[in-house]
Amino acid sequence: MIAAKRILTTEMIQKIEALAPRYPNRRALTLPALHIVNDELRHVPLAAVVEVAALLGLAPADVQDTLSFYEFFHQDKPTGQVRAWVCRSISCALRGGEQVLQHLCHAADIKPGGTSADGAITIEAAECLGACDFAPCMLANKDLHKNLTPESAVAFLQNIRQSIRSTPPHAH
Amino acid sequence: MQPFSPVLLEAVGLPTGHTLASYKSRGGYAPLEAILGGKKPADVVDMVKASGLRGRGGAGFSTGLKWTFLPKDHPGPIYLCINADESEPGTFNNRILMEDDPHQVIEGTILSAFATRASTAYIYLRYEYPHSWDRLQTAIDEAYTAGYLGKNLKGSGFSLDIYLHRGAAAYICGEETGLIESLEGKRAWPRIKPPFPAVEGLFKKPTVVNNIETMACVAQIARRGVDWFRSIGVPADPNNPRDPGSYGPKLYCLSGHVEKPGCYEAPLGITARQLIDGPGGGVWKGRKAKAAIPGGISMGLLTEAELDTPLDFSGPGKAGCLGLGTAAVVVIDETVSIVDFLHNSCRFFAHESCGQCTPCREGTSWSLQMLERIKAGKGRLRDLDLLLEIGTSMGMMPGSTICGLADGAAWPIKNAIQKFRGEFEDYIRQTNPTGWMVTEPVSRLAIVATH
Ligand SMILES: Cc1cc2nc3c(=O)[nH]c(=O)nc-3n(C[C@H](O)[C@H](O)[C@H](O)COP(=O)(O)O)c2cc1C
Ligand code: SF4
Ligand code: FES
Repeated sequence: MIAAKRILTTEMIQKIEALAPRYPNRRALTLPALHIVNDELRHVPLAAVVEVAALLGLAPADVQDTLSFYEFFHQDKPTGQVRAWVCRSISCALRGGEQVLQHLCHAADIKPGGTSADGAITIEAAECLGACDFAPCMLANKDLHKNLTPESAVAFLQNIRQSIRSTPPHAH
Repeated sequence: MQPFSPVLLEAVGLPTGHTLASYKSRGGYAPLEAILGGKKPADVVDMVKASGLRGRGGAGFSTGLKWTFLPKDHPGPIYLCINADESEPGTFNNRILMEDDPHQVIEGTILSAFATRASTAYIYLRYEYPHSWDRLQTAIDEAYTAGYLGKNLKGSGFSLDIYLHRGAAAYICGEETGLIESLEGKRAWPRIKPPFPAVEGLFKKPTVVNNIETMACVAQIARRGVDWFRSIGVPADPNNPRDPGSYGPKLYCLSGHVEKPGCYEAPLGITARQLIDGPGGGVWKGRKAKAAIPGGISMGLLTEAELDTPLDFSGPGKAGCLGLGTAAVVVIDETVSIVDFLHNSCRFFAHESCGQCTPCREGTSWSLQMLERIKAGKGRLRDLDLLLEIGTSMGMMPGSTICGLADGAAWPIKNAIQKFRGEFEDYIRQTNPTGWMVTEPVSRLAIVATH
């Protein structure tokens, strides 16, 4: 037992196992399990892949093969406390989505896909978020931000920075 | 246009429209109870077949017919997958149905599972719809409590579980066999067909994949009847025995350069211009339209002169587009460069190609590189021929790829260049006055990759 190094917590394992009766085999738990890890850790490190594989009775390569297909899962380091997807697809682009993305990245001093130095935010270019009626838009964690302008996007960034500064880092 | 009041969207704007109580007060679940109380699965299949309902997910395949492809007397399990991956640029009608009237979707799903004898239904929901997730899960919980889900529903002997399954932000998971692979825990690589999912689908079992809006239509057909459904839309062309007609109401998503973007319900066959000038409030800022996407970016482009095309299942095809697709109309005003439009489209498909088929993987990435070169002022007229070659050679229609993503990538290229060639030529001549005529191969630009 190398309990100290375990990445999957008991709660994560319980959450994964709770879904098991839904599927006729354990491989189908791959994406749900990766999501459960990612929800907690904001990335899925390679060590977690190995543990998920062991839990599901798969080879680590099976899980890694699946994970690597979905750009959604970051592996090297956690995404920011807020993960913001700025839509760059056609309906948003027609209404200034690209400018919103540029301004936001400039204000956070990162490139699309990057995480700000303070760990507050990861900004990613997204394809259509299915909210083209509110173009240009952005999904930040679970919140949809509608009809953005470069100014409102930058104000949003200042807000999260402020709220992160005013909440002390919680003990994990 | 005949006056038409929304049916699929009847709950939109009702403060508690998403609740079971509201849905039942509007007549919901009564049809399900009646069917569970004495009808057979074949009765529901016959009803849906008779309605002429065609799938709303993009391909427009007859829903009742698809169900009959399932093997008879199969010992089970049979699976129903509800496609809520909705990622076609311009499209958001599934989101509105799930958020504002989730029980309509769930009743349709239960009826469809009953018809297909499926005992498990998975709703594959795109990651980017957390609000839809919450609404659907709450509605599913309510349906279990009310005895519409679970074991032996209302004493009928029929049992059904519905599970939500979260996607991970990949467009290809919307392709039905990509969805199946993804649900199985693998990379979402579409499968070569045959075998079709009805024969060998999820977990190697017979499977039906249907769209969310298709489910809402099934619920309304059960409530309002086949005649009601067939009284709406465009009847089958009597001179074309292969035309199954375009019956029923349809959700049209309107976005881009219109005054009032939104999801509007109309009889199948409304024209793009009627949508834009009616509910859309016209092209924004008093401008003129240059073009419009008729049904999601994969479908290609209508020019302003083609905006009177009826948006039924066969209309956009007659104007050279791929089809009706998701009926998502994206308006592009006269100030937009068609080069920018095509760049955006090519970037999307290069990013979303799953990479299995060489024509699609290479074609989408080369078309993007060419568009980048053109935008960087290094275009040559010859690039237009190369682009057209890509646009006409990749896809299921030319028979060079496994799935339809490549056709969707090809159509905007083909339509843009064929319908707006003059604009491309002017752009290239003006931005590359010394090199537009070069025909020798050129190396790719050393620029920062855009994806
Ligand atoms: C690249 C690609 C993406 C697709 N995306 C979706 C989607 O997001 N939602 C959907 O319902 N159908 C999508 N489809 C169509 C599905 O393959 C399938 O035809 C549809 O889900 C069947 O449901 P229906 O018969 O109810 O329309 C896509 C097809 C392709 C080729
Ligand atoms: S056509 Fe493109 S997206 Fe479809 S399977 Fe082939 S490579 Fe993948
Ligand atoms: S194009 Fe941005 S949400 Fe659809």
